[in-house]
Amino acid sequence: MPADGYLERLKRDGRIVVVGASLAGLRAAETLRTEGFAGTLTMVGDEPYEPYDRPPLSKGVLLGRTTPDHTALPRRTALEADWRLGTAATGLDMAAKRVRLADGEEVEYDRLLITTGVRARPWPHEGEAGLDGVFVLRTRDDATALHKRLVDGPRRVLVIGAGFTGSEIASACRERDIPVTVAERGAAPLVGALGGVVGAVAAELQREHGVDLRTGVMVTGLEGDSAGRVRAAHLSDGSSVEPDIVVVALGATRNTEWLAGSGLGAGPRGIACDAGCRAFDIRGIVTDDIFVAGDVARSPHPLFGYQFLSLEHWGNAVSQAETAAHNMLCASVDRRPHMWVPAFWSSQFGVNIKSVGVPSMGTELLISQGSLAERRFVGVYGYQDRVIGAVTFDQARWLPFYEHLIETTAPFPPSFPTVDRRPEGARSVPAEFPDPSVPTHGPTVTLSGYSPADRRMTFTPGRH
Amino acid sequence: MTQGSLLRQILRYENRHDPYPLYAELRKTPVLNEDDAYVVSTYREVLTLLHDPRVSSDTRNMTRSAGIDLQDQQDPQDQQEGEATLPPSFIRLDPPEHDRLRRLTNTSFGPPHEPHRVHEMRGELGAIVSDLIGGIDGTGRIDLVGQFSYPFPVTVICRLLGVPREDESRFHGWADTLAASLDPMPGEDPTERNRAFQQARTELGMYLAGLIEERRRNPQKDMLSELATLNGPDGSMSTMELLSTAALLLVAGHETTVNLITNGMLTLLRNPQVLERLRADPDLSVPLVEELLRFEPPVQLVPNRTTLADIEIAGATIPKGASLWLVVAAANRDPLRFEDPDRFDPDREDVRHLGFGSGVHSCFGAPLARLEAQIALSELARRLVNPRLLEDPPEYRSNAVLRGPRHLPIACDDIRP
Ligand SMILES: Cc1cc2nc3c(=O)[nH]c(=O)nc-3n(C[C@H](O)[C@H](O)[C@H](O)COP(=O)(O)OP(=O)(O)OC[C@H]3O[C@@H](n4cnc5c(N)ncnc54)[C@H](O)[C@@H]3O)c2cc1C
Ligand code: HEM
Repeated sequence: MPADGYLERLKRDGRIVVVGASLAGLRAAETLRTEGFAGTLTMVGDEPYEPYDRPPLSKGVLLGRTTPDHTALPRRTALEADWRLGTAATGLDMAAKRVRLADGEEVEYDRLLITTGVRARPWPHEGEAGLDGVFVLRTRDDATALHKRLVDGPRRVLVIGAGFTGSEIASACRERDIPVTVAERGAAPLVGALGGVVGAVAAELQREHGVDLRTGVMVTGLEGDSAGRVRAAHLSDGSSVEPDIVVVALGATRNTEWLAGSGLGAGPRGIACDAGCRAFDIRGIVTDDIFVAGDVARSPHPLFGYQFLSLEHWGNAVSQAETAAHNMLCASVDRRPHMWVPAFWSSQFGVNIKSVGVPSMGTELLISQGSLAERRFVGVYGYQDRVIGAVTFDQARWLPFYEHLIETTAPFPPSFPTVDRRPEGARSVPAEFPDPSVPTHGPTVTLSGYSPADRRMTFTPGRH
Repeated sequence: MTQGSLLRQILRYENRHDPYPLYAELRKTPVLNEDDAYVVSTYREVLTLLHDPRVSSDTRNMTRSAGIDLQDQQDPQDQQEGEATLPPSFIRLDPPEHDRLRRLTNTSFGPPHEPHRVHEMRGELGAIVSDLIGGIDGTGRIDLVGQFSYPFPVTVICRLLGVPREDESRFHGWADTLAASLDPMPGEDPTERNRAFQQARTELGMYLAGLIEERRRNPQKDMLSELATLNGPDGSMSTMELLSTAALLLVAGHETTVNLITNGMLTLLRNPQVLERLRADPDLSVPLVEELLRFEPPVQLVPNRTTLADIEIAGATIPKGASLWLVVAAANRDPLRFEDPDRFDPDREDVRHLGFGSGVHSCFGAPLARLEAQIALSELARRLVNPRLLEDPPEYRSNAVLRGPRHLPIACDDIRP
């Protein structure tokens, strides 16, 4: 078959370009090599560093337990590649199969993988964002600069936004005994990811550790002194704070601008791809030579009503990269769907928080083990009478069980007894998500099988 | 073969030296219901059940006892159920009590409070090993169990808990008696053994209670002092809780480590090329001990689990209140999980064995046990010149759960300094 001949040639001396040389890019490149790709591999990355790991940047690095230059990702295999570090990709010509680089060069590809991830959303007022002492945290350079200032012993740090990153930064500040104010628009920290009930626990945790937590407020403006250093922040409730460091932790923006006008289905919400990681073009037609993985991807997930999920999760980047790389090298019948069950972890204020599934799709919450008051618990999220997500506070060892419930679309609330069931686990309560983006319900899908490679889907009709 | 149920065959003493073919038979039925016990033997299923919150370690939840009795197979704590004066230790409790006691115990053992405890024992472990090997007469027949693997862990637990040096020999005596009850000799009178066991247990309890009192007044840097003077967010331990915990550490850490070291040396002597590599490269002891925990796990199966609800797994239903046995030694050789599972291969890249269990009850002492075995085996490899087995297979203890040789007769040409 000619297609087979093509794949063989591709593997032997084809050209693969990876744009975005971070976690997803590196893991994909390694997979390409271990799956037998012997051709030319070009790694384009706009950061000047070899691929490094981001989670430590808001944890160990800010605490001085590790330094930013010790965050390089461990290599699984020796990787032969042409590294173009410190060079951004600036354009894509899909017809000519060429990537344009900032230095004017063009690189041709037979297969392209896009793993350009996200960047921190900056403070919206440009002048204020430029004040000395105003930071974001996404890169090694961000972490180096912020850590340096934390070591200097600031009088007060203001963290704007109490998502996971903001909360971790606040936690690091408290551990360094630096006074910190956290301003959050929602009713509690982590409320977008875990809902109001669990958010209330996070709020207590912060206050108990001495965080000056202000919820239900927005920062309306930052003010600098005559030397251009930040000196005050004004809040929507009329109050103000006088920090000498402000960390803006307002989430992320997808790095897709470089694809504008290319014809690829890329926009502010990311790059849409199919379950096999192939990118869609703007016409909604799937491409066959452009693949996407990691934080920049949006892909449909069979367990969650085929909604397109964008996940800023470390584990997703790895798994999707491996799937994309595998699929880049094989015929369509041998391709695998990316069916990773979302999983996330965070450590803050001495608590290890983990989640699986998509808690934010949940409408109901059941504390199936432990207790909120003790801040050691398993919370199960239900959506349309099935288990859709779970979160643990210092109870991570039980998580695989709940992951299995999600994979098998088990009924919610779980009807069976467990160890450590308390009176509060007798019935479920509203999970209290601020803006329930309720997906339309369709047929549900059950995952079964032993290894990820032999997972097969079986369709079961929707429950409603 | 007409020797009755598979389970009975596994428990039968004649099969002690090599139960692995029977485990292979067992794995053909991942969830086997025999003699009213539910026996699970495949890796995925064992791992799943170890993480299933519907599975309880508190046998008070068991409503259908297995028709087959492990009798002498279990640790004496279980045998004494009912007559025991001490409250159950955390290995037999479910969360939240389990978690509370384990957390409290951990404040004086591991991170975040005591991240260096085990590491700091390295020098002391080396010195104990060195003394024990130095005391062996290398010219004749050596029983590695009696002269080395057995005294080593008891001495370690004494130092860990903070038993004064001058009391160590008394402590060894009690530990011997407790361990002997795990290893009944054929033809021996069980009532006599039980009486001796009870007496040792009472004396040990009284001794520890006195020591705890002493350490409350004069705290030292040891574990007993720290546990006796705890006062953190989780509160403190009552004296009774502390006594059960100390007894648990002694029992759980003793026979297991003996067997790991003995099984280790036996396996090395059966694989001389690996022994040779270890002699040249002591760092090999790290992956080697992991592979040993997979290949010859000292705890062969985890009994005493029960179910709080009907559990469906691998096409079977385990009913509520069942007696559940998780055969980690069979799971560790599941060909669906490990390539060429019956081969001892310290170079295996993926060796996530279940030798220390998994989930909330996973071995508390694992970091210490690992270090003990690593030091012991690399030192034995370095110092014994041309060691060889005098009996293969050696004579085993009767216990099928904590499985290991009763004696390991070896000889060598010399002992290096
Ligand atoms: C502070 C912090 C803490 C985190 N903590 C956790 C955690 O605890 N748990 C968890 O699950 N996840 C955590 N994450 C998220 C996790 O790090 C990401 O999911 C992961 O980094 C995604 O990898 P990626 O390769 O898809 O994208 P990225 O890591 O964002 O990499 C994209 C790369 O592409 C480069 N790039 C962008 N545009 C171009 C272009 N045009 N040309 C060339 N290169 C380009 C970028 O500079 C970047 O180097 C954390 C993230 C941060 C920032
Ligand atoms: C090679 C040596 C060892 C092996 C193979 C081993 C194996 C195991 C296993 C399989 C369990 C799980 C039991 C269950 O799930 O019910 C366990 C639990 C335990 N072990 Fe070990 N162990 C060893 C050494 C030690 C040592 C040295 C100590 C003490 C210092 C120790 C203390 C404990 C304790 C306290 C538990 C109970 C944990 C709990 O219930 O939370 N063990 N061990």
